[in-house]
Formats: sequence, C-alpha cells, structure tokens
Amino acid sequence: MGLRIIVLAKQVPDTRNVGKDAMKEDGTINRAALPAIFNPEDLNALEQALQLKDAHPGSTITLLTMGLPRSAEMVRESLYRGGDDGVVLTDRPLGGADTLATSYSLAQAIRHMGEFDIIVGGRQAIDGDTAQVGPQIAEKLGLPQVTYAESIQVADGKATIKRRIERGFETVECPLPLVVTVNGSADACRPRNARLVQKYKYAVTPSEKAALAADRQALVDARPYLAIKEWGVKEIEADPEQIGMAGSPTKVKTIVNVAFQAKEARRIDAAADAELEGLVKELIADHIIG
Amino acid sequence: MEDKNNLIVYCEYDEGRIADVSLELLTKGRQLATRLGCRLEALVLGDKLEGIEQELFPYGVDVVYKVQDDRLFPYTSLPHSSVVTTLFKEIEPQVCLMGATTIGRDLGPRVSSCLHSGLTADCTSLEIGDHTDAVKGKEYKDLLYQIRPAFGGNIVATIVNPECRPQMATVREGVMKKEIFDADYKGEVINLDPDKYIDPASLVVKIIDREIEQSKVNIKNAHIIVAGGYGMGSKENFDMLHELADVLGGEVGASRAAVDAGFTDHDRQIGQTGVTVRPKLYIACGISGQIQHIAGMNESSIIISINTDPDAPINAIADYVITGAVEDVIPRLIKHYKKNSK
Repeated sequence: MGLRIIVLAKQVPDTRNVGKDAMKEDGTINRAALPAIFNPEDLNALEQALQLKDAHPGSTITLLTMGLPRSAEMVRESLYRGGDDGVVLTDRPLGGADTLATSYSLAQAIRHMGEFDIIVGGRQAIDGDTAQVGPQIAEKLGLPQVTYAESIQVADGKATIKRRIERGFETVECPLPLVVTVNGSADACRPRNARLVQKYKYAVTPSEKAALAADRQALVDARPYLAIKEWGVKEIEADPEQIGMAGSPTKVKTIVNVAFQAKEARRIDAAADAELEGLVKELIADHIIG
Repeated sequence: MEDKNNLIVYCEYDEGRIADVSLELLTKGRQLATRLGCRLEALVLGDKLEGIEQELFPYGVDVVYKVQDDRLFPYTSLPHSSVVTTLFKEIEPQVCLMGATTIGRDLGPRVSSCLHSGLTADCTSLEIGDHTDAVKGKEYKDLLYQIRPAFGGNIVATIVNPECRPQMATVREGVMKKEIFDADYKGEVINLDPDKYIDPASLVVKIIDREIEQSKVNIKNAHIIVAGGYGMGSKENFDMLHELADVLGGEVGASRAAVDAGFTDHDRQIGQTGVTVRPKLYIACGISGQIQHIAGMNESSIIISINTDPDAPINAIADYVITGAVEDVIPRLIKHYKKNSK
C-alpha cells in the first residue's frame, strides 16, 4: 500500500557566502539579499522519502515549505526529483518567526493537508542550525519523533529507523504516523530527472501564474499537476497570536558581527628550511611538544 | 529558599554516570543561580541511579530530582519529555539548561513546544542581565542572555525570552568548563514516582538495537591537535596529518568544510557545529579560518597556521604563520622533530 509522505524543506540563504548587507537593523536576516538554496539536510530527507516511494508503489510525496513566495522553487526541485505536489506557506504575518512560531505555522498547514503516514525533514537548516522545528512540529501534532535518522524502512504500519547517536547507532521502531528528521550522513539526494524537469518546469503557484503570459496560463490551467498550492494565514486558520514575531517567545536582543582579536604572528617562510627547524626546536625547548 | 523558579539542569545519564556536558552545565548553572539568588537543581532520569547524587553535589547542586525506571534508559524522546514537562509544570523553573547533544537537541524542542517556552540552541555563552522592550515599554530584570553564533558563525546574537518560562538553552560539550564547586557540598535528594511522571501513551518508540562503541577519537582532551581543512585537498592527504599527530602525541581534528568534503569523520569536527577545543598546541593545516571554525579553537594556547595563502583569515589569530604547501611543510616538520627531540 502506498504511503502518504510529507517532506518539510526550507529555502535557506547560503551561509557560506554572507555579504555585509545581509542583516536588517532589527537583527533579522535579509534573506532577499542572499543566494537561496535547498537546505542540504532537507535534500537528504527528500531522498529518504523517494526511497520509501520506490519501496511502496503508489506513495505520494508532498513538499511543504514556509518562506518567501520564491520558495516555490523548492517544490519544483522536489517535483524534478520524483515528488508529486507541494504547498508553499507564505504570508507576511508569518515572517520574523522563531522556531516555535514556525513549527506552529507548519503544524497548522499539515493539519490542513489531509491524512498522512509519515513526515520527514532535514535534521536542521544551515541558517540557524537549531534542529528544533522537527521535534516541535511532532509535539504540536501529538506525534512521536525520531531525530538524526540515517535510513527509514516502513512495513506493517511501523517505521524502522536507524539513527546516528554520539558514539554509534541506534535502531528504533515506531508506529505510523510519526515525524522523522534526517541527518546529513544519510544517502545524498538523487539528481533531477530530465523527463520530470520537462514535465514540471511550468509548475507554478497562483501568484507566479499571474505573472505569466496568457498562453502559458492556459497551459497551466489545462494541466492540474502544474498547480503548486500557495497558502497563507487564512488557509491554515492560524491564530494571529501564535505566528510571526508576536508568536515567538524568543527575542533577538542584540546582534554583533564577529571579529576576533588579531595577534602579531611570527611569519615563517616554508622555503627557508632552517627557519622551520628553528620553530620546531623552539617548541621543543618550551615543552610545547616533545 | 523558594522551591519554585529555580535553575535546573537536565543531566544526561549513561551507563551509571553523568555526561561531561551536564557537569559543565552544572558548573555554569552554579554561577548563574548564585547571581540570580535561586537554587541550582539537577534532574536525572535513568535505570540505575543509586548514589548518583554524590557525583552531582560537588558542583554545588542544591536539589537532585531523580526518576528511576527501566523505561527511562536508554533515552527515548517521549517518556523523557513526559517526565520533564510534568515536573516543570509543578516546579516552574525560571531557567533550564540541557546539553546540545543528540539527547538535548531531541528533548529540548519537544519540551519547549509543550510548555510554550523559548529555547535557544547551541549557546556559546550564558549571562544574566536586564532587558528593555522598547515597543512595549517594559523592563525585565535578570533575564538569561542566551548568546550564540548564527548565520554560519558570521554574527553572534544575544537572545532573551522575556515572557515565557522556563528560559531554555542548550550548550555543546566542551563549551563551558567543568569545575568542582565544593567537594563537601550537600544538597537534598527528591525521588519522584515514575508512574506519576511517565505517561503510558508515551512508550511507543522501541529501541531494537544499539551499537555503541567507545569513541576512538578524543580531540576534546588532546593537548596537541593537528587539524586539516578543505585546503588538504583529499582524504589521502589527511594521512599526513595522522602521521604528524602520531609523532607529536596528538589527535587529528578537522574543519567543517573538510568533514563535508568527506576527508575525515564527523567526530573530528572542530568549531561551532563540532567540538570546542583548548589544546596547548593547535596546528591548522590548509584551514582558511571560517568564523564558525575559529569559534571552536581560538582559546588554544599556541596556534600554528600552515597555508599557501599568506592572508588566510586564520593567520590573524595564529602565533606562527608558515606560508607554504602543507604537503611540503608537514614531512619536513616531522623530519625536524624526529631529529631534534630526544
């Protein structure tokens, strides 16, 4: 029997390339100023979902993402690799949320997505590295959670999951439905499939569709699988007190750019072998080594 | 002394002992509790807790809550979260600290969601201070400043939870220092009845297998660390680092970029998302010096940087900068060492 799988994914700024204008004055991140990528561990999660779909024909994969309208790119990326459809949760009042307000919003969206068997997401996103949203969604939905997963098998209404812990591995068994967060050490995601890229390249959200030429809009209308859902506060019936900045217990008090105290270093030219030997002798004499 | 609104540390228990990270947090917790004028409390869940309080009291713990039950070891998310949330509703701690381990990072968010309290992950510093909410025009006294790097380590943010309790934070192992407060310190033990705290419905996840090995890597306690970065270029070149580390009696560490590139294992990763180290000697080989890496090693006594780039950021914090190719420099360092050491 097929599984109904929800994949949680986040579009993140590529934190390896943060420019000076990336921060807004209130201490939050100006995401628009940065290259946006598919959060790496969410790709590992997508691969686990695809493997479950391979093992259970008839399964469906729905990607759920919250962020700016351009997060629709995340859904297309999933479609290109074997996903079935997707929901983009985007609305101004949802912005500025901490992990708790984010997980509330996503949990509300999931409640409106119909029945499901398993929710998978990456362990953590590279912009915050908190690893909190997965377990918090599980708690909000009253579901069990398994974090740090490396592989997931499903049989007889139960998931068997191998997870990585500090000094080894643990294999756990848990009845469906549940929330699983996947570690970066799990299988890498398969590449895009050229045929699927052809099929889904015009998949759009309603707001993206509105910006298309009339003939393209007609094409999207003729093919229902090209419709990406776009939801806001109204669609998920969110409590305004629990979303965005207002719904976030944590507040950013201050933000400081990191600068380490520079030392006066002694420079040694590797070409001068005697200098190198001098350094080694000095370290031995000072009992640093030896 | 109040029995409410204290500072509590969730102590990780494994095979009869308390995890180092928890003892580090108790050390920090003692300072914070004294500053706040509240009690330092410890919560331990596990299967064999006889006498475990003796390990905790010397860190200045005033109260040890123990919940002993076979169902609480090994750790699983739901029963532990059931115990913690039920107890916290009774004792209403103002601050809760947990290790940023696979356990703390699994349990913390679940508890914070259930209690609707703010949680900050991977703090690198914790302080007490006041806060003014300019919008609401409200003053808050003695909040926990939860200080952590964010955004790939490019910024350091101070986070506060003005309204919600407990103020929760996780901290990685090695970030705080572990120090005995008073070897003769005595506190109180409170044994909690497991059946009152474990929700039977929480026992759904079954552990069917565990493969735990004693860690082969001990970079946290190594006096000498030879660390490689992306500039090492390959897994094979890391062998050279092992050779140097073996000769010097040290351990091999790595930057996140080197681990991500598959040059070495994750348990060797040093930095904000790895281990924090303070060795006597740190030799950074082909490490450019991303802030997230430097955050985990800049307290090393002596830092040597070997890099082809004379302007690599790490050189700014190094004591010795060797400009050259690692594959050329390291064999010569080994040669010189062998020749000059006794």
